Amino acid sequence: MKPAPFTYHRARDVAGAIALLAELGEDAKYLAGGQSLVAMMNFRLARPAHLVDLGGLRGELAYVREDDGVLRLGALTTHHQVESAPLGPDFAVLREAMSWIGHLPIRTRGTVGGSLAHGEATAEWCLLAVLLGAEVVVQGVGGRRTVPAEELFLGFFTTALEPEEMIVEVVFPRPAPHAALTEFAQRRGDFATVAAAVDLDAGRVVLGGVAPVPLRVPEAEAVLARGGTFAECAEAAAAAIDPPADGDGGAGYRRALTRTLLVQACEEAMRR
Amino acid sequence: MTWVGRSAARREDPRLLTGNGTFVDDIHLPRMLHAQFVRSTIANGTVTGVDLSGTLAVPGVVAAFTAADLEMGDITAVLERPPSEFVPTAMPVLARDRVRFVGEPIAIVLAEDPYSVEDGVEAAQVTYEAHPPVLGEEAALAPGAPLVHAAAAANTLVDVSMFATEGIDDIFAAAHRVVRVRSRTGRQNALPLETRGAVATWDAREEQLLVRTCTQVPHQVRTVVAGCLGLGERAVRVVVPDMGGGFGLKCVVGREEIAAAAAALRLRRPVKWIEDRRDALTASFLAREQRYDVCAAFDEDGRILALDADVVCDMGAYSCYPFTAGIEPLMASAELPGVYRVPAYRVRGRAITTNKAPSAPYRGVSRPQIVMVMERVFERAARELDLDPVEIRRRNLITEFPYTGINDVTYDPGSYLEALNLCERMLRDEGWYERKEQAAAEGRFLGIGYSCFNERTGYGSGAFAKRKMAVVPGFDLAQITMDLTGGVTVTTGTMSHGQSHETTLAQIAAGRLGLDLAQIKIHQGDTDRITYGFGTFASRSATIGGSAVARAATKLADRLLHLGAHLLETTPDDVELHDGHVRRRDGGGRALAYRELAEVAYLKANLLPKDAEPGLTATASFDVHGDGTFSNAAHGAVVELHPGTGRVEFLRYVCVEDCGVAINPQVVEGQCRGGIAQGIAGALFEEVTYDEQGEPLCASFIDYKVPTANEIPDIEIHHLETPCAFTESGAKGAGEGGTIGAPAAVLNAVNDALRPTGVELEDTPIRPETVQRAIGAYA
Repeated sequence: MKPAPFTYHRARDVAGAIALLAELGEDAKYLAGGQSLVAMMNFRLARPAHLVDLGGLRGELAYVREDDGVLRLGALTTHHQVESAPLGPDFAVLREAMSWIGHLPIRTRGTVGGSLAHGEATAEWCLLAVLLGAEVVVQGVGGRRTVPAEELFLGFFTTALEPEEMIVEVVFPRPAPHAALTEFAQRRGDFATVAAAVDLDAGRVVLGGVAPVPLRVPEAEAVLARGGTFAECAEAAAAAIDPPADGDGGAGYRRALTRTLLVQACEEAMRR
Repeated sequence: MTWVGRSAARREDPRLLTGNGTFVDDIHLPRMLHAQFVRSTIANGTVTGVDLSGTLAVPGVVAAFTAADLEMGDITAVLERPPSEFVPTAMPVLARDRVRFVGEPIAIVLAEDPYSVEDGVEAAQVTYEAHPPVLGEEAALAPGAPLVHAAAAANTLVDVSMFATEGIDDIFAAAHRVVRVRSRTGRQNALPLETRGAVATWDAREEQLLVRTCTQVPHQVRTVVAGCLGLGERAVRVVVPDMGGGFGLKCVVGREEIAAAAAALRLRRPVKWIEDRRDALTASFLAREQRYDVCAAFDEDGRILALDADVVCDMGAYSCYPFTAGIEPLMASAELPGVYRVPAYRVRGRAITTNKAPSAPYRGVSRPQIVMVMERVFERAARELDLDPVEIRRRNLITEFPYTGINDVTYDPGSYLEALNLCERMLRDEGWYERKEQAAAEGRFLGIGYSCFNERTGYGSGAFAKRKMAVVPGFDLAQITMDLTGGVTVTTGTMSHGQSHETTLAQIAAGRLGLDLAQIKIHQGDTDRITYGFGTFASRSATIGGSAVARAATKLADRLLHLGAHLLETTPDDVELHDGHVRRRDGGGRALAYRELAEVAYLKANLLPKDAEPGLTATASFDVHGDGTFSNAAHGAVVELHPGTGRVEFLRYVCVEDCGVAINPQVVEGQCRGGIAQGIAGALFEEVTYDEQGEPLCASFIDYKVPTANEIPDIEIHHLETPCAFTESGAKGAGEGGTIGAPAAVLNAVNDALRPTGVELEDTPIRPETVQRAIGAYA
């Protein structure tokens, strides 16, 4: 469980890091908090020839700015920084959701941008970004562009980012005072067997663990839009999905979890 | 001052809690090489070629060896039983032509650093001719099944029908009621936090191979290293540094430490091997995969009349040394009746071999399963006979001692009934029965479950001889030497891997010698410092090791009394030891400090009595010639099942335990809590699984779901005390009880909660999905 050989580079500024990655090609990876990438490298499931460490950019890219109903998070903001940030009721859902991410040591290293770029389908940030309609600001050799979160995740660990593109900021453009995320895993801190997130203000429903990407469920959202009950909403979601089976449970079990968790998330969101 | 019975602070803790412990991986030596292994990628097959040229071309790689290069003898564990009952199988240190599980070591690679060595392993080319793997009981016992070992027909390594009461079939035929329990338990990993590892060095001056390794059994490792490498035992020294757990997995001798030692001998350079977590999870020793089919006959009053059991244990690819593949089936067969008066008993216990990593002892060895099965038998009988589940146990518990059971085992006194009654009273007094009723009325699923059991500890040579092991563990040795400053060093043949020997053994010695703990040093885990020892397993250290220490301390105390009496010009009967001094009982004269006695013993031998030897050393041994001593306990668990997720939530967990005289109650409670956590792990969380090709599916903690502090409830522990009559301190063993009792209590509680659904679960681990499905189908 030691990584294959790689060359280590330390980035001094954003533009330099991007230029370096463009020059090194597809065998190069950015290293943010390292909480997923390094473990995969130790298993030799990931074998980048070059790592460009972004640790030196924290001064520039780690921040939490809430201003006039808009929240901006620097890409290198850690989960723990969000967890301990004085966020108002508009974005309390983010602060509360952080406790689902791994364990405290992981949260002190793992980053918002790293998690989104990794694109794991049950990752809390991926769900939250889709749920709250986040705009993901990415920078490449040609400058900056904004990718709506819903267009970021293309498939299993696959995102719309170009190899050299770096997430620099995540913008949550609208308040979400009545939103919640909940999950179930047999052990606290594990990848969710199913995660359910709901934003009652926007009428959005997003599920994790039931598809290769964080999944918006229009059928369930339609129930909310027409004023159906939370149970009806959950039932519609369970009927709409085609979840995978693995050691944590079969498709039927994931549907059952979806029913339970979505009602819980709706009730929690209501209470806020 | 009396030390036994006090919760003295652990003397190990200041060192360990401040990061100043020295574990195997903390050892760094000049010129040290790092070793890892090329391992089989298939579960069953023939190795047709091993090409290490790519490995040797990797920068930093120094050497790589196959079995043919190192010429090491095999590891063979033996039971002295007829071929119909036991088939010995050899475990080569490195696989030669045949591989039998994914992860089996084929070649050892040595490199200058721990990174290059993995590059070297990756560069090795092994070709195989793959055969279909044998992956479970059904496949192994099927007619015409491929054979894992050519010598083992029907893939059976052990087949022992240990008991068969005459006329038992008639008892079943005439019985008022027969209940049947069929149960399977998942394969588990004992999972010490510290994985296995070794640092081996050739010491040219001593002409000795020094193997530092984390083992529970240093002398047994010495024997196998010497045997496999063709060395005299005097040419091998095994030293054990601090250890981060063992739980039985480290009381067998592994292959990798032998290969590392062979490489160090060949290269004349220190070699370090540290097992990584992936290998620890997939290619180390596993345990617990068993299947039970048990019938029990009852009369109308709920008294058990007969017990008939068929036990099959999947021991994986090889027999472990020194216990053999018999460890699980023989333990299950001998102990199944447990705390109950069973008048008639028949049992067949089998060990089968499959293409999985081999099994070794794991805390409790089969007793978590047999207790679970017996407690399920009584729960089922209670349901069928409409009796209270605690009452039916009361009617069947052994209450008079000594009691010789149908299993030919004599139980020393215990508090079986008292423990169960106290456990039940606590839950009643706290109102859990009312809460359960109220929950049921609200459509919630709350359940109460008990387990009631004993645990044989202090297995002496008599008990192990009954197993017919070729290596009969049992006795242990202790040596105590007083130094010139009046303190003592105690050397023990037992080996703490977390049991607190530096505290508890010192408490035993301190009491006998009138010393403070600070004046006692405990030395363990060095084969050159004590003649022999069997290490630490089977809850033997407090009972056997502790008794040897007590006897050695008593001998030394006697010498101090004699010497003190001589110097005080009186008789030994007129003096006593007190607070580091010898003084006259009548209070007359001067008290002599131990350092004054030591000065005479070492530096002024001319002042010794005529018959006295110089120096102040005493050695003693202890063995148990009978059937050992039985600790006992009752566990009570209250759970609530969550219908929407299948989650099993603990509302309460109480344990009433009796390990005789607790040398250090705080240490006993630590043993109980850790054990219960591992028992809960087996009941609800952990299972090593394989795909249909025999590839292990648990290569990380993502898939092997060891519970964390988040999942383990608060546990309340109460102590009863039935002293052991024949251990020196009155202590019984306390190492395994928690693990033994927890699965049964949890399973019973879950089944009690599931009662409205009509579903009864008998297999572990119980998955949330299983619980959710049971309730979902009912609702």
